[in-house]
Amino acid sequence: MAQIDPSNRGLRLAVRYAVLVLIAVIFIFPLVFMVVSSLKPDQQLLSDTGSLRAFLPVGDISLDNYAAAFQRAPVGLFIFNSVLVTAVTVVLSLLVCSLAAFAFVFLEWRGSGLLLSIILATLIVPFETIAIPLLLIVNQLPWIGLDGFTTGWLNSYRVQILPFVSDGLTIFLFVQYFRDLPRELIEASRVEGASWWMIYRRIVMPLSGPVLATAAILKFLVMYNQYLWPLMVVQEEGYRPVMVGLQYFFQLNRAWGEIMAYLSLITLPVLAFYFVLQRAFISSIASTGVKG
Amino acid sequence: MSRSRLTQSNRTGWTMALPGFGLIAVFIILPFLFAFGLSFTNQRLISPNPTEWVGFDNYRQLMGVGVLTLEPERDDAGAVIRDEDGAIEYPRLRGFTRGNPDYAHLDGMREWTSWQWGEDRVVLLARDVVFMKAVVNTLTFVAVVAPVQAGLALVLALLINQRLRGINVFRTIYFMPVVVSIVVVSLLWRFIYDGNDGLLNNLLSAITFGAFEPVDWLGNPDTALPAIMAMSIWQAVGFHMVIWLAGLQTISPTLYEAAEIEGTSRWQTFRYVTWPGLRNTAVLILIVITMQAFALFAQIDVMTGGGPLDSTQTIVFQAVERGYGKQDISGGSTISVLLFLLVLTISLIQRYLTRERN
Repeated sequence: MAQIDPSNRGLRLAVRYAVLVLIAVIFIFPLVFMVVSSLKPDQQLLSDTGSLRAFLPVGDISLDNYAAAFQRAPVGLFIFNSVLVTAVTVVLSLLVCSLAAFAFVFLEWRGSGLLLSIILATLIVPFETIAIPLLLIVNQLPWIGLDGFTTGWLNSYRVQILPFVSDGLTIFLFVQYFRDLPRELIEASRVEGASWWMIYRRIVMPLSGPVLATAAILKFLVMYNQYLWPLMVVQEEGYRPVMVGLQYFFQLNRAWGEIMAYLSLITLPVLAFYFVLQRAFISSIASTGVKG
Repeated sequence: MSRSRLTQSNRTGWTMALPGFGLIAVFIILPFLFAFGLSFTNQRLISPNPTEWVGFDNYRQLMGVGVLTLEPERDDAGAVIRDEDGAIEYPRLRGFTRGNPDYAHLDGMREWTSWQWGEDRVVLLARDVVFMKAVVNTLTFVAVVAPVQAGLALVLALLINQRLRGINVFRTIYFMPVVVSIVVVSLLWRFIYDGNDGLLNNLLSAITFGAFEPVDWLGNPDTALPAIMAMSIWQAVGFHMVIWLAGLQTISPTLYEAAEIEGTSRWQTFRYVTWPGLRNTAVLILIVITMQAFALFAQIDVMTGGGPLDSTQTIVFQAVERGYGKQDISGGSTISVLLFLLVLTISLIQRYLTRERN
């Protein structure tokens, strides 16, 4: 084997890092531009795009654009709506999907195999292909609430939550995970007379940290970024989530500073969340692929 | 106690699975079946008229295509008539597509595209030109984005899989756009692609010392779809990089050690060790990207609205525009069914082409 020249090795290492950094710049520059621009007045923002100043917080820096964005639209309300819908859906989804997967993996009951195959078959149905008929269905569904019996779910939180609580992918992730848990543990508890509900709550759930994190993160990303569905079913401002709220800023063709402020406002919390939990985020995406 | 007595419980099993299955039945399976049923009716979201069964009318309306060969107009001597600029004159298309009993199958169609064939002009007609353009655009998008994105994602995964100090920082950065909503990304890139003050134009003119002529990337029918493709790849490539990475890490290190002892080149190692180990991952990635690419909607809605000149119309955009915008539930459902059949067909073909061969 050829002897490796140390200076050559150093050069190679430098080239490797240079390639990695160059690619990193491609992925990061639009986001840096977004945050930096949100701090600048429109005039300066536009003139800065001609130079590297576009990526530097220099010149007349202020939070004025943020104040203006809050003036233009009920930004706080939109964020509240999105957080509420996302949080409730994630919690319900973890509960409902893990229970179903528990029944499929640990219990023997008539119809179990058929039901699971039907659920897994729905994985090849893209949401976009059912959105239109689903719109017709939710428009005619009944509901009993504080104001009595009503028909039609448009303009509500439930129309944004319930269709997304249960899905094939989440159930599949739980099923995969539960299959690797030691069955003897569950059977031993049965012998000792524990009920199924107790086994679910006391034994299986405490062991399910990783899969709960995975399912929660995937659902969080889907729900917080919802666009097509709320666009169709929410016309009232009161229930509008953040991505649909963007429409207030579409018409402003030249008020880019305000747009960038709104984009930063709704994106930075997610990015912060991602940086803190990046290992969990990445492994949750990875786990959708490994066993599939 | 026997094992079956321990684990068998019809009542508890159903009770636990019912909420999950019930919600899927109401919100996925039911609308899916509805889509098929509605596509044979003239249902609207709100309509004074009762819904009627119309058979395959919606499908005929969407998919009707025809070809017409126009022969040049000739004078009495049989010579081709030309206008002042020397262009050949043809009979008017309307004469064939509007109430001409000899060409009943072309009735109501419009020109989709045409080309010259000797002295004749061949016209491709479609009953719904916008939908046809949407289908072609979507297929183009899938055909470009699926292989390019999968390939780039693999290159990134191989880069990230190196044993280098600080490599996790790069992984975190490459994955970052995946976390950001495609709606946010689309609005942000509208600024990058802007024809006047856009970052891309400024960057290109700086690199070429001002020789580059600014382009209105999203306002030009030739560049709008490619611009959206590039942005979509930028946003999603990290997702598939991570899936490739997971696949790479399942390949046993002993295989690489064996390859090193054999003294294989880097390319050989990739070709005979890495790639065979990624087979299942490759199938999965291709299918996932294809399904995501067919669903192209938010980018279009935020960036171009289907324009300019329908150059960025897509199937889902059309389904939403009709089903929701025009409240034409049956039309939107028909497009949805066609989309599903298309996705299913392509996934099956991909599965067939990438099947295990013994």
